[in-house]
Amino acid sequence: MNSNILSFENVTFTYAPEDETVKPAVKDLSFSIQDGEWIALVGHNGSGKSTIAKLMNGLLFPQTGKVSAMGRMMEEESLWDIRSQMGMVFQNPDNQFVGATVQDDVAFALENNGVPHKEMVLRVKEALHQVKMEAYFDHEPHHLSGGQKQRVAIAGALALRPRLLILDEATSMLDPQGRMEVIETIRELRRATGLTVISITHDLEEAAMADRILVMNAGHKQLEGTPEAVFLSGNQLTTMGLDLPFAMRMTHLLREAGVELEAEHMTEDELVDDLWTYYSRK
Amino acid sequence: MMEKMIFGRFIPGNSIIHQMDPRAKISFVFVFIAIVFIANSAVTYGILLGFTLLVVFLSKIRLYFLINGLKPVFILLIFTFFLHIFFTREGDLLLDIGFIEIYEEGLRQGIFISIRFLVLVFITSILTLTTSPISITDGIEVLLGPFKRVKLPVHELALMMSISLRFIPTLMDETGKILKAQMARGSDIGSGPMKERIKAVVPLLIPLFVSAFKRAEDLATAMEVRGYRGGEGRTRYRQLDWRFVDSLSLLVLAGLAGMLWYFRV
Ligand SMILES: Nc1ncnc2c1ncn2[C@@H]1O[C@H](COP(=O)(O)OP(=O)(O)O)[C@@H](O)[C@H]1O
Ligand SMILES: [Mg+2]
Repeated sequence: MNSNILSFENVTFTYAPEDETVKPAVKDLSFSIQDGEWIALVGHNGSGKSTIAKLMNGLLFPQTGKVSAMGRMMEEESLWDIRSQMGMVFQNPDNQFVGATVQDDVAFALENNGVPHKEMVLRVKEALHQVKMEAYFDHEPHHLSGGQKQRVAIAGALALRPRLLILDEATSMLDPQGRMEVIETIRELRRATGLTVISITHDLEEAAMADRILVMNAGHKQLEGTPEAVFLSGNQLTTMGLDLPFAMRMTHLLREAGVELEAEHMTEDELVDDLWTYYSRK
Repeated sequence: MMEKMIFGRFIPGNSIIHQMDPRAKISFVFVFIAIVFIANSAVTYGILLGFTLLVVFLSKIRLYFLINGLKPVFILLIFTFFLHIFFTREGDLLLDIGFIEIYEEGLRQGIFISIRFLVLVFITSILTLTTSPISITDGIEVLLGPFKRVKLPVHELALMMSISLRFIPTLMDETGKILKAQMARGSDIGSGPMKERIKAVVPLLIPLFVSAFKRAEDLATAMEVRGYRGGEGRTRYRQLDWRFVDSLSLLVLAGLAGMLWYFRV
């Protein structure tokens, strides 16, 4: 069932429309996302990624163009209904923790949407189970690591049983361990529920796991395609200030050095396998 | 020093007082504050003191811990005690050593006022020591509920309180970090004349404010994304549970008031 869950049609957004000198943060952007996809949105700082995220759930409205989600136009009347089907997690783990304890925080969105108490208790448990944080039910935020806080934030979004989860650089302030925890949680969720995910990230290793990548550059869409296709245009990405995944850079360098590898590799495991076969062929 | 202070601290536990409904405890404290003023004799103050010690005992908080934590309060207490002793000139003269004259009434007043002060501080400390800040907030929100009719933004006030409480440790951490960063740049807050020290606080406060505003903005966005639109149509995750002990505690308090009234002179 491939239905459209979110689409942008020729969307342009400027933070200061009255000021001619300010360039639009998003220019004539069109794309659509199918139910069940994992999309990575990458681009340099200031390329408009967060603005796009805010346009997606009606925190901002475009000057021209159309945003629609869950089969409805984004406008004042549909706004809250659309939002309740869309979870969003931000960059700073501390600045999105509203509740006094883990369970209060997860319940926050449920309270806002008027979910009855009995149902809330069940959903809070369920959501914390999904991110493997049940053991921290009564913990206060300052006793949690960054990765744990982000997992709680994901649980807070999941509690509403959304159809779409948007992560705006949710891993960028975390240490490698925390980053792994969060990425693993997303993969697990996708496996278990087939949730649609849009992850905005700097980290191309993370983007490599997505089904499709959108590359933003100075407010417009530069590239779009599967990770393989996008990474093949390596130089373009590097000039935009994006680092290729380690395995890809390694593949390029090895090829330049005359090692005949079979294909482009995005993960270290694939590269290692290829090197083995290359070595045994020699 | 700061670690020992128990003002506003919460000590988790499972005593009968810990388990009481925050609404009951808050009402109890307010009624108690009023009742204390009924007492006016040795017997009534004795009853008050006994009752307070009973509450402390029920809370399973050690008396020594309580007294130790309230040291700064005791300084104030001793000060008022002596103030009464030296400046009340009624009743028989008890002691006269040159410039110091102590009268019977002064001694009586000094002791009574001290007891009054002591029981008030003890009972309010027991409230905060046995109730988590978030429960206190919940209790206040429900108790102030009727004032919504006169347009008092009760829900918003309670939410503000709980968010402030939630951000205290975060901002404390941040202050520590900024302090270290400024110290690494050679700023010295710990020493020097007062004027220099106050000047050194400014580079500490400004980054703290900037970051607090940034946090507030992020938090507002995060709340909106999660569907927050004010108290209208919201349900509550935290449920308060009024039980028999809660009613009983207020009955006991009524009994205490009756007893004080009976024995007052
Ligand atoms: N609140 C704002 N007011 C004015 N300009 C903004 C605001 N937020 C972002 N911008 C500008 O919009 C552009 C895109 O920013 P943003 O969407 O945050 O990029 P990214 O998330 O990719 O780093 C940048 O040039 C930025 O300076
Ligand atoms: Mg951003």
